[in-house]
Amino acid sequence: MNMLEIKDLHVSVEEKEILRGLSLSVKAGEVHAIMGPNGSGKSTLAQVLAGRDDYEVTSGSVSYEGEDLLELDPEERACRGLFLAFQYPVQIPGISNSYFLKAALNAQKKYRGEPELDAFEFSALLKQKAKLVEIDEALLHRAVNEGFSGGEKKRNEIFQMAVLEPKLCVLDETDSGLDIDALKIVARGVNQMRSPERAIIVVTHYQRLLEYIVPDFVHVLVDGRIAKSGGKELALELEQKGYADFERAAASV
Amino acid sequence: MSTDLNTLEQAAEREYEWGFVTDIEQESAPPGLDENTIRFISAKKGEPEWMLEWRLEAFRHWTKMEEPTWQNVRYDPIDYQSIVYYAAPKSMADGPKSLDEVDPKLLETYEKLGIPLHERALLAGVAVDAVFDSVSVATTFKEELEKHGIIFCSMSEAIREHPELVKKYLGSVVPVTDNFFATLNSAVFSDGSFVYVPKGVRCPMELSTYFRINAKNTGQFERTLIIADEGAYVSYLEGCTAPMRDENQLHAAVVELVALEGATIKYSTVQNWYPGDENGVGGIYNFVTKRGKCLGNRSKISWTQVETGSAITWKYPSVLLIGDDSVGEFYSVALTSLRQQADTGTKMVHIGKNTRSTIVSKGISAKFGQNTYRGLVRINRGATNARNYSQCDSLLIGDKCGAHTFPYLEVRNSTATVEHEASTSKIGEDQIFYCNQRGISTEDAVSMIVNGFCKEVFRELPMEFAVEAQKLLAVSLEGSVG
Repeated sequence: MNMLEIKDLHVSVEEKEILRGLSLSVKAGEVHAIMGPNGSGKSTLAQVLAGRDDYEVTSGSVSYEGEDLLELDPEERACRGLFLAFQYPVQIPGISNSYFLKAALNAQKKYRGEPELDAFEFSALLKQKAKLVEIDEALLHRAVNEGFSGGEKKRNEIFQMAVLEPKLCVLDETDSGLDIDALKIVARGVNQMRSPERAIIVVTHYQRLLEYIVPDFVHVLVDGRIAKSGGKELALELEQKGYADFERAAASV
Repeated sequence: MSTDLNTLEQAAEREYEWGFVTDIEQESAPPGLDENTIRFISAKKGEPEWMLEWRLEAFRHWTKMEEPTWQNVRYDPIDYQSIVYYAAPKSMADGPKSLDEVDPKLLETYEKLGIPLHERALLAGVAVDAVFDSVSVATTFKEELEKHGIIFCSMSEAIREHPELVKKYLGSVVPVTDNFFATLNSAVFSDGSFVYVPKGVRCPMELSTYFRINAKNTGQFERTLIIADEGAYVSYLEGCTAPMRDENQLHAAVVELVALEGATIKYSTVQNWYPGDENGVGGIYNFVTKRGKCLGNRSKISWTQVETGSAITWKYPSVLLIGDDSVGEFYSVALTSLRQQADTGTKMVHIGKNTRSTIVSKGISAKFGQNTYRGLVRINRGATNARNYSQCDSLLIGDKCGAHTFPYLEVRNSTATVEHEASTSKIGEDQIFYCNQRGISTEDAVSMIVNGFCKEVFRELPMEFAVEAQKLLAVSLEGSVG
């Protein structure tokens, strides 16, 4: 069974149609890359999957583990294992990263009927995961994303992902604004999380990230639809030719 | 998807869980205020002649005063002749000698409020004075405190037992003629707490007063006086609730603090008077004068307040920094939701040399709440090297509420350093969505964001009360997102 099944999805933002019949199937254990030019609807896809308010699904369906994803509140989706690494992570002044993560993890555990972690168990878990994604422990005690550099914010997203251990990870332009060293660290963190039970969708503009996170499938998103799907070699083809051919093809449809 | 915010707004009604009424036999003065009312109150309390004269002087002055109108709040005129100025549970008439003699109904009331008065049931380390309408019903841990020479009793008792201290300090910080509401209080004050910590003594426990308005149409006018002698330390906390009633009730208290050389007084308030309903019907008018005097060198007074209740709040806990090297602090969280209005802040008056003050004010407005910060920092000519730091932050939830800031600065000494920072922010949908995406519900997200916003103030509160304050904010904000 597919973990995620998107069928003919149409989505509008403020009456403007952004996704125009997108279909995609993702199985557990797979890594999919969604590539596309600016404005093609990449981030819209990520936001709709997470349940953002301002996006209106006009037709089509999304099923996640056999259930209608669109019927679920954003927090229910999260509790059922869907994680979005934000392109622009939000600040929460006065709330430490570790406090925030503990609240999140225990909310998810409670929802799933699992025992919540106490302070000692949680602190041990944090230390272990911090090592995994090579994040400075000092960052755990700072307020969520407040005063973080661009790179720190992105690494913090991957760190949160490592702690929450989701089933489906959606990475929205996680590579943007990262220098090559930070990019490698982020990729190493993501690669550590690859497992047969977990699916990962990497949304990106550039092929660069895919040198480090090698996908099983690459999809080219143009004008709200998937214009072409293929293996990891498709990313290289895009790197050489650019999106122009696909854009012309889409325009002529 | 958009439903969770909307449903929340409709479904979650703010509940005021302290709104019950205790059915108890009352003895009260007839409504209205004249010299006879004052004689009645004074006689009820068995006061000496000098106290009655003090009250009458205040009353005569009050009749010539006008109610202030400069504050940024709106309300129908108060009819001072329809208020009951004295109400007491009948069983208190002869004055119980010990807790065992206190009416069980009263004790039950405080149990229900989560303030157990039986000492064995008390939180270790907190001594409580409970004030019910116009009288103090019980003061705990008295004997334990007496061992250290600390006096902690009701104001009525202090007037009888410690007249020399009362005469010396009562009205020495907030003069009888200070302002309309303080002068009214001076004339009719009913009860309140009195604390004296002797030279060099560090009070071994938190002292606390719990105020409860119960009777209908009754005003509560308590008077608190705290004196920390040279080198003494005391931490004091007050909490307040009232039943839900349709009419407005007046609460006009006066608190005076005196810190002598090297002394420290920490005064914390968690104010949760009934705020009125959705449409602004009912609720307490909270018109309070709080002021401290850092009389001695190196003395320190710190005010921390969490104000979530009352229909109208009008209070400016202040510090007069008279001694050299003295320190004044004001940490405040004021929340206005429903139709609540708050005009609150502080005054820091620098008189001595090297005096320092810190002001941290956090205003939160939700629903139709209106929140005003009003603060004065005055550096007098002689206050060489005085320093002040002020920070005023406002947080808005929704688009029907308001936040206003009126900082006043008067600097008359060129060696002074004065800093002021201010910010206004809105709880963003982005922040809530970010929390949701990590599995945190919208309600928990709002309370988390607000707590983060108030963190600098909460960490000034004693531990148990910080937890209490956070819970209180969460309850007060229920249903405010939409």
